[in-house]
Amino acid sequence: MSIRINETHCIGCGRCTEVCPGTLIELKEKKAVMRYPKDCWGCVSCVKECPVGAIDFFLGADIGGMGSTMHVESEGDILHWKIRKPDGTDKIIDVNRKDSNRY
Amino acid sequence: MEQKLERKKIDTDVLIIGGGTAGCYAALNISRNSNLSVLIAEKANIKRSGCLAAGVNAINAYIVEGRTPQDYVDYATKDAGGIVREDLLLSAAEHFNETAEDMERLGLVILKDENGKYVARGNRNIKINGENFKPILAKAAEEAENVTVLNHINITDLLVLNNRVYGAVGFSVKEQIAYEIHAKAVLVATGGAAGLYKPNNPGFSRHKMWYPPFNTGAGYAMGILAGAEMTSFEMRFIALRCKDTIAPTGTIAQGVGAKQVNARGFVYEDKYGLTTSERVYGTVRENQLGNGPCYLKTSVIRKEQDEELLKAYLNMAPSQTLKWIESGKNPSEQDVEIQGTEPYIVGGHTASGYWVNTNRETTIHGLYAAGDVAGGCPQKYVTGALAEGEIAALDIVKKISENVFIDDAGILQEKASDIMDSYETVLNAKAGLYSVEELEEAMQKVMDEYAGGISANYQFNEKQLALAEEKIEGLQKLAEEASAGDMHELLFVYELRERLVVCKSLIAHLLARKETRWHSFNENLDYPDEDVAFEKYVNSRMEDGKIKIILRDLVKEADYEHQN
Ligand SMILES: Cc1cc2nc3c(=O)[nH]c(=O)nc-3n(C[C@H](O)[C@H](O)[C@H](O)COP(=O)(O)OP(=O)(O)OC[C@H]3O[C@@H](n4cnc5c(N)ncnc54)[C@H](O)[C@@H]3O)c2cc1C
Ligand code: SF4
Ligand code: SF4
Repeated sequence: MSIRINETHCIGCGRCTEVCPGTLIELKEKKAVMRYPKDCWGCVSCVKECPVGAIDFFLGADIGGMGSTMHVESEGDILHWKIRKPDGTDKIIDVNRKDSNRY
Repeated sequence: MEQKLERKKIDTDVLIIGGGTAGCYAALNISRNSNLSVLIAEKANIKRSGCLAAGVNAINAYIVEGRTPQDYVDYATKDAGGIVREDLLLSAAEHFNETAEDMERLGLVILKDENGKYVARGNRNIKINGENFKPILAKAAEEAENVTVLNHINITDLLVLNNRVYGAVGFSVKEQIAYEIHAKAVLVATGGAAGLYKPNNPGFSRHKMWYPPFNTGAGYAMGILAGAEMTSFEMRFIALRCKDTIAPTGTIAQGVGAKQVNARGFVYEDKYGLTTSERVYGTVRENQLGNGPCYLKTSVIRKEQDEELLKAYLNMAPSQTLKWIESGKNPSEQDVEIQGTEPYIVGGHTASGYWVNTNRETTIHGLYAAGDVAGGCPQKYVTGALAEGEIAALDIVKKISENVFIDDAGILQEKASDIMDSYETVLNAKAGLYSVEELEEAMQKVMDEYAGGISANYQFNEKQLALAEEKIEGLQKLAEEASAGDMHELLFVYELRERLVVCKSLIAHLLARKETRWHSFNENLDYPDEDVAFEKYVNSRMEDGKIKIILRDLVKEADYEHQN
């Protein structure tokens, strides 16, 4: 279970390093670095916190990961979850923070 | 170069260790009801720390229309085979609804029907959007008057003298600073303990577990070492979860009514019973009988429900949504495989934790416990953590106003200084033969094989427990030698030591309950049946470095007070 930080997109704001419940990400030379990939819980707090969508979340191959990655872009209360499959296609799911779960 | 830590001393009226659900809500309630200064010391950042990081799927503990708090007590008591504190359950249950309404006022979205009533899910749940539960709560705590939050501070030790708490000591996980904090009252709200046993996914995804891997049992360990009484560690919690992602199943089981079926399509859940532990046990047995894998039968749901499930999981366990999409099949097109997790110690689900009075004060004067770290009150979940935070907060305010707890910042400074010295010792130690990571793996293997982990089908006997005890003690010696290159590695060292302390107490509890009251949670093969002689609490306290077991009669009174 882990994340991948896209170095070219990262603007070094440090928000992910603040919010991670395991304090697993560090800022080095104004770029976020995942220091402990195997210690990631997969809570995606960092992914939701990143203002520029620079953090991708993926499933480790040991738990069935097949190469897809996921990130989220927030627009007010709407979270646009973008899942990019290995063949390059995207699936987008929009979730409104004001809507309750139906189940 | 010799590493030295800057040493800071802080005075506050109330110290809260752990800014999770219970800790944040306690801070808010102390602020609402007094002018006391409150300090939250949190090892991560309260915005997303603890159980609520990814979000929660529902409010699991709510008194729905037509039910009473006593109904909740009866349900939880039966589910735990009678080994609960009814006074704690009732006082929590009486607060469930009010805390939910308070969270709604703070900004939590709760589903309502056309008449403005909360929509129930089954007999005890209500439906919410729990994705931002923690940021909402954290913001309220941060903005509350007289509340200061110190993020990224890991507390390791309580300052206790003659069974009275005076504060705590910890260090920053980011900077080279050690903290000595003095307070009139201390609330420990550090959550439960994960990572004691070898996890479901021991490789790259070793932290893809159900309970937060960063809740390492620090609160239990510091209490045990300070001589606090603990209860029911042997009532371990094993969660039944979606395979691989270890995502919660409530949304599928209660939400869309999916049944537990084996590989042959047979609905086995009725065969073994419907308590929480029996559901786990049934799944283990079916696998042993060659009927695995087991599933939650989602392939009967309507296609329209697919999209709602994908969204619901994004709000609490996004990896499961990703998993469905990766596989190219929606829940309506394939059943969800389920498995039992490794055992956890968690007082929000089972009854393990500090032995407290009805006001949530522990057996150490001035030290309170709330949420998953507090025992006796199983199935309290998120609203129960809030309720206990509030109950503790109100008693702290009352006792301080009555001058029951007084300040003494001068006391125990030497002890604090010794603890800080030991941080420096670890930072300056030469790297030994074994890394912390290797020792952690060794601990998890011992617990897995000899103390009823996944590979042992959660079962054990006394001989195995004796071996576990011996090996854990050996690892404790090795952990004494551990070294750290920076503050984060120092955190790893202390997390390992905490877990080992918890493991040792857990083994003592497993040995002491010579019966099998809950399958899987405490399955002792030397005593495979329930025994009326154990309609008691198994409690423990450390005396002169040894764990002393105390069997206590079930508490029947509505208001329980410690005798010392
Ligand atoms: C994945 C998951 C899903 C859940 N889903 C639901 C649900 O849908 N509905 C429901 O009602 N309940 C749910 N629960 C249960 C509920 O969330 C918990 O019972 C409750 O949040 C526990 O609150 P707590 O304050 O005891 O622990 P936490 O909220 O975990 O807080 C503990 C805090 O202490 C901090 N800490 C730990 N050690 C130290 C230390 N040494 N020094 C300083 N700080 C420290 C941690 O970082 C953390 O912030 C879920 C739990 C989990 C794990
Ligand atoms: S997913 Fe969660 S645990 Fe993993 S790095 Fe991001 S914030 Fe930390
Ligand atoms: S939040 Fe995003 S932009 Fe900011 S430091 Fe982290 S990865 Fe970089």
